[in-house]
Amino acid sequence: MLEEPSSMEALIAVIIGVLTACGVYLALRARTFPVVIGLTLLSYAVNLFLFVTGRLTVGQPAVISDQAVGYTDPLPQALVLTAIVISFGMTAFIIMLALKARAELGTDQVDGRLDGGDAPNERGREHG
Amino acid sequence: MNLFFVVLIPFLGAGLAAWVSRFGRLQSAWMAGGVTLVALIALTPSLPAPFLGETLVQRIPWIPALGLDLVLRLDGLGLLFALMVLGMGLLVILYARYYLAERDCMGRFYGYLLLFMGSMLGIVLSENLILLLMFWELTSLSSFLLISYWQHREDARTGARMALAVTGLGGLAMLGGFVLLGEMVGSYDLSVVLANGELIRSDPLYTPMLVLILLGAFTKSAQFPFHFWLPHAMAAPTPVSAYLHSATLVKAGVFLLARLFPVLSGTSQWSILVIGAGLATLLIGAYFALFKHDIKGLLAYSTISHLGLITLLFGIGTPLAAVAGVFHIINHATFKASLFMAAGIIDHECGTRDMRRINGLWRYMPYTGTLAMVAAAAMAGVPLFNGFLSKEMFFGETVTFSANHTWDWLLPAAVVVAGIFAVAYSLRFIHDVFFNGDPIDLPKTPHEPPRWMKVPVEILVAICLLVGILPAFTVAPLLYVAATGVLQTAPPDYDLAIWHGVNAALIMSVIALIGGILIYAGRRPLFNLATKLEGLLDARAVFDGLLKGLLALAGAVTRILDTGSLQRMLLVFILSALTLGTVGFLGGGAPLTGDRDLLPADAVSLLVTIALIIVALWTVVLHRRRLTALIVMGALGLLVSLIFVKFSAPDLALTQLSVEVVTIVLLLLALYFLPQYSPAESSWPRRVRDIGVACLAGGGAAALTWSVLTRPYESIADYFLENSVPGGGGANVVNVILVDFRGFDTLGEISVLALAGLGIYAMLKDLRLPGPTCDARGRPWNWDMHPVIMAALTRLLLPLALLVSAFIFLRGHNLPGGGFIAGLITAIALIMQYLANGVEWTHVRMTSNLHPVIGAGLLIGLLTGLASLVFGYPFLTSAFTHVHWPVIGDFELASAIAFDLGVYLVVVGATLLILVHLGLMHHASHPGEQEPNHA
Repeated sequence: MLEEPSSMEALIAVIIGVLTACGVYLALRARTFPVVIGLTLLSYAVNLFLFVTGRLTVGQPAVISDQAVGYTDPLPQALVLTAIVISFGMTAFIIMLALKARAELGTDQVDGRLDGGDAPNERGREHG
Repeated sequence: MNLFFVVLIPFLGAGLAAWVSRFGRLQSAWMAGGVTLVALIALTPSLPAPFLGETLVQRIPWIPALGLDLVLRLDGLGLLFALMVLGMGLLVILYARYYLAERDCMGRFYGYLLLFMGSMLGIVLSENLILLLMFWELTSLSSFLLISYWQHREDARTGARMALAVTGLGGLAMLGGFVLLGEMVGSYDLSVVLANGELIRSDPLYTPMLVLILLGAFTKSAQFPFHFWLPHAMAAPTPVSAYLHSATLVKAGVFLLARLFPVLSGTSQWSILVIGAGLATLLIGAYFALFKHDIKGLLAYSTISHLGLITLLFGIGTPLAAVAGVFHIINHATFKASLFMAAGIIDHECGTRDMRRINGLWRYMPYTGTLAMVAAAAMAGVPLFNGFLSKEMFFGETVTFSANHTWDWLLPAAVVVAGIFAVAYSLRFIHDVFFNGDPIDLPKTPHEPPRWMKVPVEILVAICLLVGILPAFTVAPLLYVAATGVLQTAPPDYDLAIWHGVNAALIMSVIALIGGILIYAGRRPLFNLATKLEGLLDARAVFDGLLKGLLALAGAVTRILDTGSLQRMLLVFILSALTLGTVGFLGGGAPLTGDRDLLPADAVSLLVTIALIIVALWTVVLHRRRLTALIVMGALGLLVSLIFVKFSAPDLALTQLSVEVVTIVLLLLALYFLPQYSPAESSWPRRVRDIGVACLAGGGAAALTWSVLTRPYESIADYFLENSVPGGGGANVVNVILVDFRGFDTLGEISVLALAGLGIYAMLKDLRLPGPTCDARGRPWNWDMHPVIMAALTRLLLPLALLVSAFIFLRGHNLPGGGFIAGLITAIALIMQYLANGVEWTHVRMTSNLHPVIGAGLLIGLLTGLASLVFGYPFLTSAFTHVHWPVIGDFELASAIAFDLGVYLVVVGATLLILVHLGLMHHASHPGEQEPNHA
């Protein structure tokens, strides 16, 4: 797939891929804390992806000066900057939900199942 | 601009009327009446224009790029309806003041009524179709509130829901029709639309557009087969019925037919659909009205029938028919409103509306009886009353229309049958209620109502008579301008005289009158027959069945997608995203790799990449040992910030760095209340499956990134780069975008952050979290919580850290930094105090009430934006200047820095709010412990 393994672009693609894979695996766990960690990894991946849609530029920050030879695209950076802060807000919100769920349901299983463990594969068991 | 006031005043008055009810229950009625009068006065300056043949158009630009302006128009048709809405509103307000019982909340009633009045005025005065649609939906919503006014009654709730569902569905269809219509002529302005009739009628999409718009009009005006909601809406208080079902809500549909008459009518599709619906409604309404035992039920079906009559007239499509339609709109509004009010009086006085029990009221309330008789005579079409005039025009029009068609006797015959039934049910209304023996077992002994309750009825009945006897001196000018408004040109000659000699229309009227009397005289066998046929044509059952089916379908789909398991839903979500992405990419046929020049990788980057991959995998492998996994994840965040450093994003690196610290502290605090280890409980097949899904998702993300990065692209970056210094006064383009170019976005984002903080505060409030007393291996928790050296050091560091944050904040406009980063640094500096010195120590020295900080931040951000409005610039335009400070030198002062201060405060406030309150839970879980005093 990656024809030029020695390019920066390939490295970034691999990083985003690995972060996504790790995030997805953790998000599919049955306990709340790994899911929160997984979502954090996913937000790294998403923020990175949004950032690199402005393409990769080395050593040309978007700070206007006479010596600069060029500038990177500042728009994705501005979007991602707020996205990073909002991700924090989201992580905080989810972890608080997890705490509240634990306090009220007495378990940290994602669906509040007291017997713990993964959700069964067959559908509709929880619905009476 | 007075038209805007006409529309706006009722909306403002709605709140006022609801508010003043706390000063006494009648205050709302006075307020509502006053508001309506003020709206009428606001309309008066425009009154002469339609009579001079002018169309007033008043415009305030709103979203010019979408062709959406706040634009109102006043022509004859709008004037007629505005006068009806306001005038009838005044009468209903007066009537309702006596109708509503002690226990009914007046404020809520008049609030809703004014809300509805404003929406209705919006419909009739709109020049823009989209604006019209918005008001249209507002009438659906406010009529829902009015119909369900007696919320404790089951039938009121059902009726209101049904009305909302049917009219809401029609509104949706109408939106589609309007969009088609707007696309055909290239404008949503009525003036343009009305001038392009030929273009619209020859458009290939004319038929679908017509059907969609008619769906909207027919559902609103209760045309067959959507008529069934109207009788159920009779559960509303009678003043509401008098208002909604005579002059306003249900007339909105025929108003739309009239409004778009010049462009939509004149095709065979129009004739078939509109005449068909109108005729069916006319007949069905008239038939059912006769057999209803409920007074309001009779009036409801009679309303349906008369709406059918008006629709049929517009369907005929000749200018004269349209004039007759407008005339009947006026007449029906007056006699039907007075009949509803009379029915309300009867209900009020007898305690029931069942005509099998209400008999012989003439002895108890002859005055009300007289008024009701006049109105009923107008409804039946008896000469000398206003209903007769428009009904004669109607009969005449059907004959003229049919003259050129085969089966030319069919339409006139059908309308005569409807006329016969109309006479019969009018007769029943009078005979059954006021004569026909004695009252049977009434809950109350009836007598005449309070004096002022009769005044609105008297006024309306007087209008019926005056129009009926002296049409040329009363209604003629208004009818003329209204018809001009409908046709958009001068109407053809017509004669409003009562006597035209013996012609077809007169013969039909006479047949209807005699036939009606005969039918009523021989009603016993007919009633028996109707009882047997009941339920055969029950549109409500069909509606209920459809609704039930829809709910069952929605339930089934939900059960398939949502099994109550997060894991399952996430799996479905990820797999769907993967499938859609793959199919979309493969379907596009584009190569994976684009032709952009790539950057060569260096050894350091390669090493960082390898480190990052190892750390990420390590987090996953160790995830069951939660504390370790968390710390490893912190390292991962630092590596991500290195990527930002490498690729020219110093601001992002700083943000990521500080967010990482805050996140780890937060998760550490939270982890205290959660198990320290995850149990190993996933089966091997399950793990293998999840690894497979994860690898697919990761591969997809990598492929997507690769194909994006290898393609060339166009960016709008140049604009920002060029205008950052001259336009925004800052060299750090990222910061200038945040606080200036896209400041509105940032304002939204800090609001989200503030909301997240407040939401967490609300969640943590009153929550009792059990904290562990020992760790997972059974070792007791360390009592020496705050090491002395760390505590002393962080106290020393605090001023320094705050200084750094101030520095980062001030330089942010020109160099990497800014409100977000400075806010996070300040938050970290303060949290360090909590961590090192304990909650109690810090709590004494610093307030934990952070809501004012968040509020101040949002307020500053908003005010900075508004300040630029004051100076006549768009929201959040920044101003800047260079000032020379002694010693420091040239210093740039931009208004954006005030906005950035708002950002700073919100970030500090929200972050601290979250962490401090979680920390306080921590404290609450050890209520008995006293920490050693470090002071």
